[in-house]
Amino acid sequence: MTELKNELIRHSAADLAAKLAAREVTAVEVTQAHLDRIADVDGQVNAFLHVNSEEALAVAAEVDAARAAGGSAAEELHALAGVPIAVKDLIVTIGQPTTAGSKILEGWHSPYDATVVKKLRAAKMPILGKTNLDEFAMGSSTEHSAYGPTRNPWDLDRIPGGSGGGSAAAVAAFEAPLALGTDTGGSIRQPGAVTGTVGVKPTYGAVSRYGAIAMASSLDQIGPVSRTVLDSALLQEVIGGHDPFDSTSLTDPFNNLVAAARVGNVAGMKIGIIKELHGEGYQTGVENRFNESLQLLKDAGAEIVEVSCPNLKYALGAYYLIMPSEVSSNLAKFDGVRFGLRVLPKDGPMTIERVMGATRAAGFGDEVKRRIILGTYALSAGYYDAYYGSAQKVRTLIQRDFDAAFAQADVLISPTAPTTAFKLGEKLDDPLAMYLNDVATIPANMAGIPGLSLPGGLADEDGLPVGIQLLAPAREDARLYRVGAVLESILEEKWGGPILAKAPDLKNAVLGAVSNTAGGSN
Amino acid sequence: MAAINRDDVAHLARLAHIEMSAEELDRMAVELAVIVDSVKSVSEAAGEDVPATSHPIPLTNVFREDVVGHTFTAEQALSGAPDAFENRFKVPAILDED
Repeated sequence: MTELKNELIRHSAADLAAKLAAREVTAVEVTQAHLDRIADVDGQVNAFLHVNSEEALAVAAEVDAARAAGGSAAEELHALAGVPIAVKDLIVTIGQPTTAGSKILEGWHSPYDATVVKKLRAAKMPILGKTNLDEFAMGSSTEHSAYGPTRNPWDLDRIPGGSGGGSAAAVAAFEAPLALGTDTGGSIRQPGAVTGTVGVKPTYGAVSRYGAIAMASSLDQIGPVSRTVLDSALLQEVIGGHDPFDSTSLTDPFNNLVAAARVGNVAGMKIGIIKELHGEGYQTGVENRFNESLQLLKDAGAEIVEVSCPNLKYALGAYYLIMPSEVSSNLAKFDGVRFGLRVLPKDGPMTIERVMGATRAAGFGDEVKRRIILGTYALSAGYYDAYYGSAQKVRTLIQRDFDAAFAQADVLISPTAPTTAFKLGEKLDDPLAMYLNDVATIPANMAGIPGLSLPGGLADEDGLPVGIQLLAPAREDARLYRVGAVLESILEEKWGGPILAKAPDLKNAVLGAVSNTAGGSN
Repeated sequence: MAAINRDDVAHLARLAHIEMSAEELDRMAVELAVIVDSVKSVSEAAGEDVPATSHPIPLTNVFREDVVGHTFTAEQALSGAPDAFENRFKVPAILDED
């Protein structure tokens, strides 16, 4: 049985779905195998803030009962029914706490489900639990979580990326075959890159954000986290589609993603290297793996062209004006009145204003405070035009650059992150250095276009995963899955198997110096 | 553009309803000055004639039918409140006494 469990957790979601449909395994077995894995290794990884064993097993049992009953009950099951999934703790769920990685929401239970969670429930995918993140998704390392950092399964002394480090690490550590993430400036793709997993930020509006606690509303997007490109395509088809509860939700159908992942060739496609998103500032090992992927795509029949997006040099700056501006507004609701923490001032008059000040001082961490203050500054009278106004214009320039680039290429390509996973603590005292990690992922959010990160191999100098990013025009998510799946299959052939087969065995791993704090379990 | 100083941060913290200690203000002022300096170039990037983009994929006239949909019960709405009284959120004094 242990043998079987070890094997089960290594399967892709697509393979698990096939085994379930063929009744080779039961959904309860699959779910229990992942819950056991969480119990075995999450003390070291800290990917989960809450584990949802009882409900997950109950949903799995329902799936097994429907399959056993046969007939219409079995036929009506979704293809991914019984395949378990983890959910980033920024997305609200009935029956489990939602903390957003913040003390201000410790122990809070949402009275409603996010639309994506409703869709998981409708597909009868057992929800294993809620994954760790930087507080309110603000960070690139999960070190800003109020519940302790998540650790990278490749090296427990290193960051798993952020903000969705918990979802990426859970998938990389075989604690879940699939997870949901949110991506405002790279929070799905950068963790994917540094953990050797796949992460996709769909087109802005392709997946409903209803029930994702808003960070920056013009940038936020929910998307899939997985170990294979096909699995992300399967998951995006489950969670995507129009939702009247999200007024930015697109009505376009996105139901050709799985088919695109199965096309299997890139012959004749034009793939554009973005001149500004590689070279100087990128680690040698990252650059080497990137160049290798370009050559492999070329060998597979794609035409490689170089494109220039000169305004991308302003993207990081514009992002750090727009995002905090929206943060300062979105986080005003955490005021100690309707939900979450309330802290009373130690002395002086007990007015609501002073209660808010004390509550927010105690409930928010440093990075959240920094961004709220920065956003308040960018929006204040006298600075609005120079900061927020200018940043919105830069956004137009970035969109124009991408439009011009996509006139020359079907998809664009770059490294996902400039470096491999850095050490825990290394950039914690230097916010700007931390921000620079998202330099290649931010442009897609600014323009609303879809982006996918997939493993590109290991850097020569440190043996850690490198991510390759693909970008497509808005609404053309299918192109990412087509090119991504082809590159993945060529690379896996070269490696002799998936990249995660090269990751160290967590059972023999030892913890480093940083203490591991337990999450908001209740 | 002017640099951001400690007094600015103290003022902004008041506007944002975040109490800050003297030590926190000192630290935040230094960190924010570095960040503000690094984003300055944005104001020189685009000319007058460039339109602003507020949403990447703008949609207009997103309406729904004017019918009552799902609503929370008072109990659900108050379920996460720090304090409640007779089906309402309970808060400390809104105004100073003086």
